Amino acid sequence: MASARRALISGLFSRPVECAAVFNDLPDALLFLSPNRRVLYLNRAAEVLTGLSRQDAQGLPCRHVVRSNVCAGQCPLDDLSRDSGPVCRQADVINRDRRRVPVRLCAVMLRDVRGAVVGFMEVLEDLRSLEDVETRKGQAYQFGRIVGRSPAMERLFAILPGIAQTDSSVLITGETGTGKDLLAEAIHQLSARAKGPFVKVNCGALPETLLESELFGHQKGAFTGATENKPGRFRLAHNGTLFLTEIGDLPLPLQVKLLTFLDDHVIYPLGSTKGTRVDVRVIAATHRDLQAMVREGKFRQDLLYRLNVVRVHIPPLRERGEDVRLLLDHFLAAFVSDFHKHIKGFSRDALKCLLEYPYPGNVRELKNIVEYAVNVCQEETIQIHHLPSYMTEVPVTIVAPRPEGRDMEGEEAVPKGAVVEAGQSGAWAEMERRLIVEALVRAKGRRGRAAQILGWGRSTLWRKMKQYGLLERDEDASLQGES
Amino acid sequence: MRRVVVPVFGTEVAPRFDLAPEVWIGLQGPSGAFVEERTVVLPQPSAENLCQLILSEGAHVLVCGGIEQEYYDYLVWKKVTVFDGVIATIPSVKKALEEGTLTSGAILMERHGER
Repeated sequence: MASARRALISGLFSRPVECAAVFNDLPDALLFLSPNRRVLYLNRAAEVLTGLSRQDAQGLPCRHVVRSNVCAGQCPLDDLSRDSGPVCRQADVINRDRRRVPVRLCAVMLRDVRGAVVGFMEVLEDLRSLEDVETRKGQAYQFGRIVGRSPAMERLFAILPGIAQTDSSVLITGETGTGKDLLAEAIHQLSARAKGPFVKVNCGALPETLLESELFGHQKGAFTGATENKPGRFRLAHNGTLFLTEIGDLPLPLQVKLLTFLDDHVIYPLGSTKGTRVDVRVIAATHRDLQAMVREGKFRQDLLYRLNVVRVHIPPLRERGEDVRLLLDHFLAAFVSDFHKHIKGFSRDALKCLLEYPYPGNVRELKNIVEYAVNVCQEETIQIHHLPSYMTEVPVTIVAPRPEGRDMEGEEAVPKGAVVEAGQSGAWAEMERRLIVEALVRAKGRRGRAAQILGWGRSTLWRKMKQYGLLERDEDASLQGES
Repeated sequence: MRRVVVPVFGTEVAPRFDLAPEVWIGLQGPSGAFVEERTVVLPQPSAENLCQLILSEGAHVLVCGGIEQEYYDYLVWKKVTVFDGVIATIPSVKKALEEGTLTSGAILMERHGER
């Protein structure tokens, strides 16, 4: 049955050639549509671009799969005619990861030997790499979307183009909010693989069994519920880059599998004895201290050596001196433009407060503070009362010291507004637990507010609360039930 | 009672939040059934205007197709429950909401496999 439905290129070669394998290896997204514009097939690049698997997309109207801005009103298929040839449009799509991706969309009419229309083909070329180059031309002190002119960042920017051009594995380290994801994407976009897919996997977001299937794929029937073959992220990243974020959270058994892949570039999907060779560059990132984890037996030393071919450390914002001012101006200009405001700058008091703030959440926190201020400010200058209240209400007296050997562990940054009295004893975990409880008390139990006080995202607070057993029993039980 | 907003394109959930020409607004009663519903035609498609409308309507739930992260985050921050990436018709969204089975990324649209 399956072989009967297999599309073949016949007549060109001595034997028919299977199309699916050819299409899957193409770097551009490709969709085949029925005459009434329902998706019949999409290749692997289209799965990556749209975020929808072939099984999910098949039979759906193409506008729901492509989600392009030209779908409503300027559909290129409307302009196709017998003599028109391909119709191309500059467009953008919003994918399942909620990202707007600029594309060049080309549509072609497909006919049979008698000239009757049998369907359409759409090709979507990802233009992100081109846009980045254009953006970089106009902006100094930038690499990709990372901004900085401090000596530490200039050193980083100087080595990155060289790193991008090689095919070596890269390990990016840095505290939360420093821009590890942006850096990984910038390296990909500057590399020879820029036209290939950039696939991101958060190793800490899925339980071990699911993560294995997600990374390496599975064969139909490998386990209960495996009703279809699944390619896995390694296969999806073929000819591109696989970005493994939070690599420190990768379970030990999967570390072995990753190690094997880095050695021979062959993946073995779950339930399959047949390996597949894939050409993937691996970029890993973590906020954890992997060397300390190796000492604790939580991370394989040999994997660390394999990943550590090129190591890039992004300094925390507090070590980037003049960059704070540069970033404040950069984000102010960006948000003023986005929100159509008429703000010209910061008042002297507000600027003093912003420059003196320690930014435990790094650039992400600075960006959020500026966004908040731009939202709140109805005047021409951002005043101190336009800044989030936690910056001005609670004095930051002593910044808690980083525990030895764990300089990037946990949230790796002292929560903002944290006042730690000198002489307080106890382990880091105990101190952190106490800070969370104090923040929750101050926020009268409202987690969103508590997260804001601590300078963390809600998910980080939730993760920490789970770690310290601060979740209510029924919440915890339901979580265990889910996992 | 909870108010549900769905940006629509014809009779379907609009594939894109920022390009929806109109919105369907429904009021869900305590039993889960919709007690009131209406459609508002927007002067022009705009994500910002749509966010404003959602907040001014006091909506509790947004059901939409593709939405950019910043608008998603903003609405979640404003305590709106967002089911995004939904591919469905309005009746199927209503049914799923009444049954409490709607999830982000749900595909509730009939597929046609014809060639």
